[in-house]
Amino acid sequence: MKLVTAVIKPHKWEDVREALETFGVTGMTVSEVSGYGRQKGHTEVYRGAEYDLALVPKIRIEIVVDDADAEDVVGIVVKTAQTGRIGDGKVWVSPVETVVRVRTGDTDEAAI
Amino acid sequence: MDGYYAFMLIATAFVLMMTVPALALFYGGMSRSKSVLNMMMMSFVAAAVVGILYVAVGWSMGFGGEGTLFANPFELLWLDGVTTDNYVYVMFQMTFAIITAALISGAVADRLKFSAWLVFLPLWAVIVYFPMAHMVFSCTEDSLICGRIGAQDYAGGTAVHINAGVAALVLVLLLGKRIGWPKEQMRPHNLTLTMLGAGMLWLGWYGFNVGSIVFGTTFDEDPEAFLSQFYSETGRTFANTTLATFAAILGWLLIERLLHGKATSLGAASGIVAGLVAITPAAGAVNISGAVAIGFIAGGVCAWAVSLKYRLGYDDSLDVVGVHLVGGIIGTVLIGVFSTSEGAGSIDGLIYGGGFGSLGDQTLGVLVAITYSGVLTAVIGLGIKYTIGLRLDEEDEVNGIDLAEHGESAYDLHSGSSGGGKSVLAASTVSISSSEGANA
Repeated sequence: MKLVTAVIKPHKWEDVREALETFGVTGMTVSEVSGYGRQKGHTEVYRGAEYDLALVPKIRIEIVVDDADAEDVVGIVVKTAQTGRIGDGKVWVSPVETVVRVRTGDTDEAAI
Repeated sequence: MDGYYAFMLIATAFVLMMTVPALALFYGGMSRSKSVLNMMMMSFVAAAVVGILYVAVGWSMGFGGEGTLFANPFELLWLDGVTTDNYVYVMFQMTFAIITAALISGAVADRLKFSAWLVFLPLWAVIVYFPMAHMVFSCTEDSLICGRIGAQDYAGGTAVHINAGVAALVLVLLLGKRIGWPKEQMRPHNLTLTMLGAGMLWLGWYGFNVGSIVFGTTFDEDPEAFLSQFYSETGRTFANTTLATFAAILGWLLIERLLHGKATSLGAASGIVAGLVAITPAAGAVNISGAVAIGFIAGGVCAWAVSLKYRLGYDDSLDVVGVHLVGGIIGTVLIGVFSTSEGAGSIDGLIYGGGFGSLGDQTLGVLVAITYSGVLTAVIGLGIKYTIGLRLDEEDEVNGIDLAEHGESAYDLHSGSSGGGKSVLAASTVSISSSEGANA
C-alpha cells in the first residue's frame, strides 16, 4: 500500500476531487495548510508599507491506495491540478506498513 | 431660524457619530485582531470622559468670555447661566472636543495602558483642547489664533487636526515603538471595517463642517441677512466638503499607484479622511475649484507622508501624524493661497491678488497651534510616564491588549468554518475555558 500526499492550489481542489472519485478513489483526508516553495509567497502594501507574506494557502490531500493504483492516482492529481504557473504544488508517494479500519478491525487492502 | 435650530440638532448628532462608532470602526479595522477592542474602546471612553468635562468646564473655558488662551473656567461652570435653548451649541462644541481627543488614540495602538489613557484624556482636554478651542472658535478680540493673529479656521484645522496630530506625535515619542515594529508584520486586520468607518466619518463631517457656520448677525436683528448667510454659506461648505473629498481620493490613489504600484482600498479610505481634514479649516473660505485643489494636494501629500514614520523611526501606528497633522497643515496654510473674498472670511488669498498677508497669518496660526499642543502634551505625557506609567507590560503587549486590559477577544477564531457548527477541537477549547469561569 502507498500513501499519496498532494499539496495543490486551493482553486483546483474541486477538480481534483472529482477526477479522483471518477477513477474510483473512495476516501481521502483533506486539510487546509499553508507553506511556500520556490515562489516564496507574495507581497502586500498597506499605506506604503510592504509586507512579504511567506506562506501561501494550499490544500493537502492524503490518500491511501493499493500499490497498483499509486501511479495512476499521482497522474490524475498532476493532470488536474496543473496550471503551468509557479506554485502548482507537489505530489509524493510513501510506503505504508499497516492500515486498520476502526469500525470493523479489517486490515490492510481490506481496509482501504 | 427654526430650520437652523433643527439642522444644528442633526449636525450635533452627526459629529458625535464620527467618534462613536465611525472613528472607532476606521481605526479598529486598521488595528491587529488582538487589539481592535482596545482601539475602539479608546474612542468610546473619550466620548464619556471628555463629554462630561466639556459640560463641567469646557464650554466655560471656550466660550465663557474674553481671554488670550482661555476664558474663565468657573464663569459658566456646569452650564450655570446657560439657558437650555443654547444647549445645542454646547453639545455641538462638545462633540468636537470628543473627536479631537479620540483621534489621538490611533497613534498609540497595541501598547498604551488603558489607565494611562483614562488619565491622559481629562488632563489633555482641560490643558490643551479647551484652550485651543477658545483660541480658534471663540473669536473674541484677544483670542490668540482667531482674534489676534486673524488666521481663518472654519471648523478646526488647527484646533482639531493639527492639535490631535501633534499630540499623537508627542505621545508616540514618549511611548516608544511597539515590540517588533517595524520588522514584524502589523497589517490591518479588517479593511471592510475601515472602509465603513471612513464612509461614516464622511457623512458625519457634513455636521462638522456645515454646522460650523458663525453668523454675522442674529435672526432677530436682521432676519434677511441671517437667512441669506445661512443659505449661501451652508451650500458653499457642503459643496466644498464633498468636492475636496472626491479630489483627495484621486490624489491619494494616484500617488500610491506611482510610489507603490497599486491603488488600494486603504488608500481610498485614507484619502477620504485626508481630504476631509484638509477642507475642514478651508470649507468656508474657498470656492469649489479651491476645494478640489486643496483636496487633491492633501490626498497626494498625505499618501506620501504616511511613510515618513519608517524613515524617521516613530511608530505612529495608524498614521495620525501623516493624515491629521499633515492634512491639517495643508488645509490651514493653503487658505492663504485659495481664500476668496466672497467666502466666509472675506479675505483674498495669494492667487486672488490678496498678497502674502493671509498666507502669513495662516502659517503663524499653524505654528502657534503646533507649539501650544506640542509643549503641553509633552508635559502631560511626561507626568503620566513617570507616575503611573504609559506603557503596557511587555508580555501583555505580545499576547494582546484586548485580553490584558479588557479580558475579551474580538473574534471567536475557533468556531467551525461551515454552517455555524463547532468542530470537535473548538468545542474542547470552549469547555476548558468555561470550567475556569472565563466564559461564564
